[in-house]
Amino acid sequence: MSEPWEDEVEGPVKKFMFVNRKSPYGTVYALESLEVVLITAAFDQDVSLVFSDDGVFQIKKGQSTDGIGMKNFSPTYRALEGYDVEKLYVDKESMEERGLTQDDLLVDVEILSRAELADLMDEQDVVLSF
Amino acid sequence: MKYSLLINEGPYQHQAVDSAYQFAKAAIAKGHEIFRVFFYHDGVNNATDFAVPPQDDRNITANWIALAEENNIDMVVCIAAAQRRGLLDANEAERQGKRGDNIAPTFRISGLGQLVEAGIESDRLLTFGD
Repeated sequence: MSEPWEDEVEGPVKKFMFVNRKSPYGTVYALESLEVVLITAAFDQDVSLVFSDDGVFQIKKGQSTDGIGMKNFSPTYRALEGYDVEKLYVDKESMEERGLTQDDLLVDVEILSRAELADLMDEQDVVLSF
Repeated sequence: MKYSLLINEGPYQHQAVDSAYQFAKAAIAKGHEIFRVFFYHDGVNNATDFAVPPQDDRNITANWIALAEENNIDMVVCIAAAQRRGLLDANEAERQGKRGDNIAPTFRISGLGQLVEAGIESDRLLTFGD
Protein backbone atom coordinates (compact mmCIF):
# COMPACT_ATOMS: atom_id res chain seq x y z
CA MET A 1 0.00 0.00 0.00
CA SER A 2 1.33 3.38 -0.91
CA GLU A 3 0.87 6.30 1.43
CA PRO A 4 -1.72 8.88 0.36
CA TRP A 5 0.91 11.56 -0.22
CA GLU A 6 2.62 9.24 -2.69
CA ASP A 7 -0.46 9.09 -4.91
CA GLU A 8 0.22 12.42 -6.60
CA VAL A 9 0.46 12.34 -10.35
CA GLU A 10 4.13 12.04 -11.10
CA GLY A 11 6.38 11.89 -14.12
CA PRO A 12 8.08 8.74 -15.33
CA VAL A 13 10.58 7.10 -13.02
CA LYS A 14 13.61 5.44 -14.51
CA LYS A 15 16.38 3.46 -12.90
CA PHE A 16 19.56 5.56 -12.94
CA MET A 17 22.83 3.94 -11.94
CA PHE A 18 25.96 5.99 -11.33
CA VAL A 19 29.20 4.07 -11.65
CA ASN A 20 31.94 5.88 -9.78
CA ARG A 21 35.33 4.64 -10.94
CA LYS A 22 37.78 7.38 -10.06
CA SER A 23 39.52 8.53 -6.90
CA PRO A 24 37.88 11.52 -5.19
CA TYR A 25 40.68 13.98 -5.87
CA GLY A 26 43.13 14.18 -8.74
CA THR A 27 40.28 14.78 -11.19
CA VAL A 28 36.92 16.48 -10.79
CA TYR A 29 34.87 13.51 -12.00
CA ALA A 30 33.86 12.30 -8.53
CA LEU A 31 32.69 15.70 -7.32
CA GLU A 32 30.76 16.48 -10.48
CA SER A 33 29.25 12.99 -10.50
CA LEU A 34 27.91 13.59 -7.02
CA GLU A 35 26.22 16.74 -8.27
CA VAL A 36 24.37 14.72 -10.93
CA VAL A 37 23.37 12.15 -8.32
CA LEU A 38 21.78 14.82 -6.14
CA ILE A 39 19.87 16.37 -9.05
CA THR A 40 18.66 12.96 -10.23
CA ALA A 41 17.39 12.24 -6.74
CA ALA A 42 15.64 15.62 -6.73
CA PHE A 43 13.82 14.44 -9.88
CA ASP A 44 12.51 11.48 -7.83
CA GLN A 45 14.24 8.92 -9.98
CA ASP A 46 15.31 5.47 -8.81
CA VAL A 47 18.99 6.14 -8.06
CA SER A 48 21.75 3.71 -7.28
CA LEU A 49 25.49 4.21 -6.94
CA VAL A 50 28.29 1.80 -7.61
CA PHE A 51 31.82 2.35 -6.40
CA SER A 52 34.41 0.40 -8.31
CA ASP A 53 38.10 0.63 -9.20
CA ASP A 54 39.62 3.70 -7.47
CA GLY A 55 36.05 4.95 -6.98
CA VAL A 56 35.94 3.04 -3.69
CA PHE A 57 38.29 5.68 -2.27
CA GLN A 58 35.47 8.22 -2.66
CA ILE A 59 33.74 6.74 0.38
CA LYS A 60 36.78 5.97 2.50
CA LYS A 61 36.58 7.20 6.07
CA GLY A 62 38.90 9.85 7.45
CA GLN A 63 39.58 11.87 4.32
CA SER A 64 41.58 15.02 4.87
CA THR A 65 42.27 17.48 2.08
CA ASP A 66 44.20 20.01 4.16
CA GLY A 67 47.41 19.30 2.29
CA ILE A 68 46.02 19.74 -1.21
CA GLY A 69 43.94 22.88 -0.83
CA MET A 70 40.71 21.29 -2.04
CA LYS A 71 37.32 20.94 -0.47
CA ASN A 72 36.69 17.63 1.30
CA PHE A 73 33.31 16.67 -0.11
CA SER A 74 33.14 13.20 1.44
CA PRO A 75 30.54 14.25 4.07
CA THR A 76 28.08 14.63 1.17
CA TYR A 77 28.00 10.84 0.75
CA ARG A 78 26.62 10.55 4.25
CA ALA A 79 23.91 13.07 3.35
CA LEU A 80 22.67 10.96 0.44
CA GLU A 81 20.26 9.12 2.71
CA GLY A 82 18.43 12.43 3.21
CA TYR A 83 17.78 12.48 -0.55
CA ASP A 84 16.44 8.91 -0.45
CA VAL A 85 19.56 7.65 -2.15
CA GLU A 86 20.11 4.44 -0.25
CA LYS A 87 21.23 1.94 -2.86
CA LEU A 88 24.98 2.05 -2.58
CA TYR A 89 27.04 -0.81 -3.93
CA VAL A 90 30.73 -1.53 -3.76
CA ASP A 91 32.63 -3.83 -6.04
CA LYS A 92 34.14 -6.43 -3.74
CA GLU A 93 37.24 -7.07 -5.83
CA SER A 94 38.03 -3.36 -6.16
CA MET A 95 37.71 -2.89 -2.41
CA GLU A 96 39.90 -5.86 -1.59
CA GLU A 97 42.52 -4.99 -4.19
CA ARG A 98 42.98 -1.69 -2.35
CA GLY A 99 43.31 -3.28 1.07
CA LEU A 100 39.98 -1.92 2.28
CA THR A 101 37.17 -3.55 4.22
CA GLN A 102 33.60 -2.44 4.85
CA ASP A 103 34.77 -0.92 8.17
CA ASP A 104 36.88 1.58 6.22
CA LEU A 105 33.83 3.02 4.46
CA LEU A 106 31.91 6.05 5.71
CA VAL A 107 28.47 4.91 4.50
CA ASP A 108 26.46 1.69 4.65
CA VAL A 109 26.93 -0.19 1.42
CA GLU A 110 26.15 -3.54 -0.08
CA ILE A 111 29.26 -5.39 -1.20
CA LEU A 112 28.74 -7.23 -4.47
CA SER A 113 30.82 -9.34 -6.79
CA ARG A 114 31.46 -8.17 -10.32
CA ALA A 115 29.02 -10.75 -11.65
CA GLU A 116 26.30 -9.48 -9.31
CA LEU A 117 27.01 -5.89 -10.32
CA ALA A 118 26.73 -6.87 -13.97
CA ASP A 119 23.27 -8.30 -13.32
CA LEU A 120 22.27 -5.13 -11.50
CA MET A 121 23.51 -2.95 -14.37
CA ASP A 122 21.46 -5.02 -16.75
CA GLU A 123 18.30 -3.95 -14.89
CA GLN A 124 18.98 -0.22 -15.27
CA ASP A 125 17.43 2.21 -17.74
CA VAL A 126 20.32 4.68 -17.61
CA VAL A 127 23.88 3.93 -16.56
CA LEU A 128 26.18 6.91 -16.12
CA SER A 129 29.82 6.20 -15.58
CA PHE A 130 32.13 8.80 -14.12
CA MET B 1 15.24 5.72 -31.78
CA LYS B 2 15.52 8.84 -29.67
CA TYR B 3 19.05 9.42 -28.41
CA SER B 4 20.67 11.91 -26.11
CA LEU B 5 24.41 12.28 -25.70
CA LEU B 6 26.49 13.21 -22.67
CA ILE B 7 29.90 14.65 -23.51
CA ASN B 8 32.41 14.74 -20.67
CA GLU B 9 35.67 15.74 -22.33
CA GLY B 10 36.98 18.89 -23.95
CA PRO B 11 37.75 19.44 -27.64
CA TYR B 12 41.05 18.55 -29.41
CA GLN B 13 42.61 17.15 -26.21
CA HIS B 14 40.37 14.11 -26.30
CA GLN B 15 38.58 12.16 -29.02
CA ALA B 16 35.34 11.78 -27.03
CA VAL B 17 33.60 14.71 -28.63
CA ASP B 18 34.68 13.69 -32.13
CA SER B 19 33.25 10.23 -31.53
CA ALA B 20 30.03 11.76 -30.26
CA TYR B 21 29.79 13.97 -33.33
CA GLN B 22 30.40 11.08 -35.72
CA PHE B 23 27.85 9.01 -33.83
CA ALA B 24 25.28 11.79 -34.01
CA LYS B 25 25.78 12.21 -37.76
CA ALA B 26 25.54 8.46 -38.37
CA ALA B 27 22.46 8.08 -36.18
CA ILE B 28 20.67 10.93 -37.97
CA ALA B 29 21.64 9.47 -41.34
CA LYS B 30 19.94 6.23 -40.27
CA GLY B 31 16.75 8.10 -39.39
CA HIS B 32 17.22 8.32 -35.63
CA GLU B 33 16.66 11.44 -33.58
CA ILE B 34 19.21 13.22 -31.40
CA PHE B 35 17.08 14.90 -28.77
CA ARG B 36 19.75 16.62 -26.72
CA VAL B 37 23.52 16.86 -26.35
CA PHE B 38 24.56 17.68 -22.80
CA PHE B 39 28.05 19.06 -22.18
CA TYR B 40 29.49 18.34 -18.74
CA HIS B 41 32.88 18.21 -17.00
CA ASP B 42 35.52 19.54 -19.45
CA GLY B 43 32.98 18.88 -22.20
CA VAL B 44 31.66 22.39 -21.56
CA ASN B 45 34.75 23.71 -23.35
CA ASN B 46 33.26 22.47 -26.63
CA ALA B 47 30.84 25.38 -26.42
CA THR B 48 33.41 28.16 -26.48
CA ASP B 49 32.96 30.75 -29.21
CA PHE B 50 36.60 31.80 -28.85
CA ALA B 51 38.48 28.76 -30.13
CA VAL B 52 40.46 29.33 -33.33
CA PRO B 53 41.79 25.96 -34.49
CA PRO B 54 44.20 25.87 -37.46
CA GLN B 55 42.44 26.05 -40.79
CA ASP B 56 43.51 22.58 -41.87
CA ASP B 57 41.95 21.06 -38.74
CA ARG B 58 38.30 20.39 -37.99
CA ASN B 59 36.39 23.10 -36.15
CA ILE B 60 34.58 21.08 -33.52
CA THR B 61 32.34 23.84 -32.20
CA ALA B 62 31.35 24.98 -35.70
CA ASN B 63 30.60 21.37 -36.69
CA TRP B 64 28.25 20.94 -33.75
CA ILE B 65 26.50 24.22 -34.48
CA ALA B 66 25.88 23.19 -38.10
CA LEU B 67 24.63 19.75 -37.11
CA ALA B 68 22.41 21.12 -34.36
CA GLU B 69 20.86 23.79 -36.56
CA GLU B 70 20.16 21.36 -39.41
CA ASN B 71 18.62 18.78 -37.13
CA ASN B 72 17.08 20.81 -34.36
CA ILE B 73 19.27 19.34 -31.63
CA ASP B 74 19.09 20.88 -28.17
CA MET B 75 22.66 21.72 -27.12
CA VAL B 76 22.91 22.24 -23.38
CA VAL B 77 25.95 23.27 -21.37
CA CYS B 78 25.95 22.60 -17.61
CA ILE B 79 25.98 25.94 -15.87
CA ALA B 80 27.93 24.87 -12.79
CA ALA B 81 30.62 23.08 -14.81
CA ALA B 82 30.78 26.01 -17.26
CA GLN B 83 31.16 28.66 -14.59
CA ARG B 84 33.99 26.74 -12.95
CA ARG B 85 35.82 26.69 -16.27
CA GLY B 86 35.20 30.26 -17.37
CA LEU B 87 32.38 29.78 -19.87
CA LEU B 88 29.63 32.35 -19.53
CA ASP B 89 26.71 33.44 -21.64
CA ALA B 90 25.82 37.13 -21.87
CA ASN B 91 23.38 37.02 -18.96
CA GLU B 92 25.78 35.24 -16.64
CA ALA B 93 28.68 37.47 -17.64
CA GLU B 94 26.66 40.50 -16.69
CA ARG B 95 25.42 38.93 -13.47
CA GLN B 96 28.94 37.89 -12.44
CA GLY B 97 30.51 41.20 -13.49
CA LYS B 98 32.78 39.65 -16.13
CA ARG B 99 34.16 41.47 -19.15
CA GLY B 100 32.77 39.25 -21.86
CA ASP B 101 30.78 36.17 -22.72
CA ASN B 102 31.96 33.20 -24.74
CA ILE B 103 29.18 30.67 -25.24
CA ALA B 104 28.78 30.05 -28.96
CA PRO B 105 25.39 30.53 -30.60
CA THR B 106 23.11 27.45 -30.63
CA PHE B 107 24.47 26.28 -27.28
CA ARG B 108 22.49 27.21 -24.20
CA ILE B 109 23.42 27.23 -20.54
CA SER B 110 21.21 25.32 -18.15
CA GLY B 111 21.24 23.01 -15.16
CA LEU B 112 21.91 19.33 -14.58
CA GLY B 113 18.17 18.74 -14.54
CA GLN B 114 18.39 18.88 -18.33
CA LEU B 115 20.69 15.86 -18.26
CA VAL B 116 18.32 13.93 -16.02
CA GLU B 117 15.41 14.89 -18.26
CA ALA B 118 17.37 13.68 -21.29
CA GLY B 119 17.81 10.34 -19.51
CA ILE B 120 14.09 10.13 -18.82
CA GLU B 121 12.87 11.31 -22.24
CA SER B 122 15.28 9.43 -24.48
CA ASP B 123 15.38 5.77 -25.42
CA ARG B 124 19.15 5.82 -24.91
CA LEU B 125 21.53 8.20 -23.17
CA LEU B 126 25.08 7.63 -24.39
CA THR B 127 28.15 8.86 -22.53
CA PHE B 128 31.30 9.96 -24.37
CA GLY B 129 34.39 10.37 -22.21
CA ASP B 130 36.81 8.56 -19.95
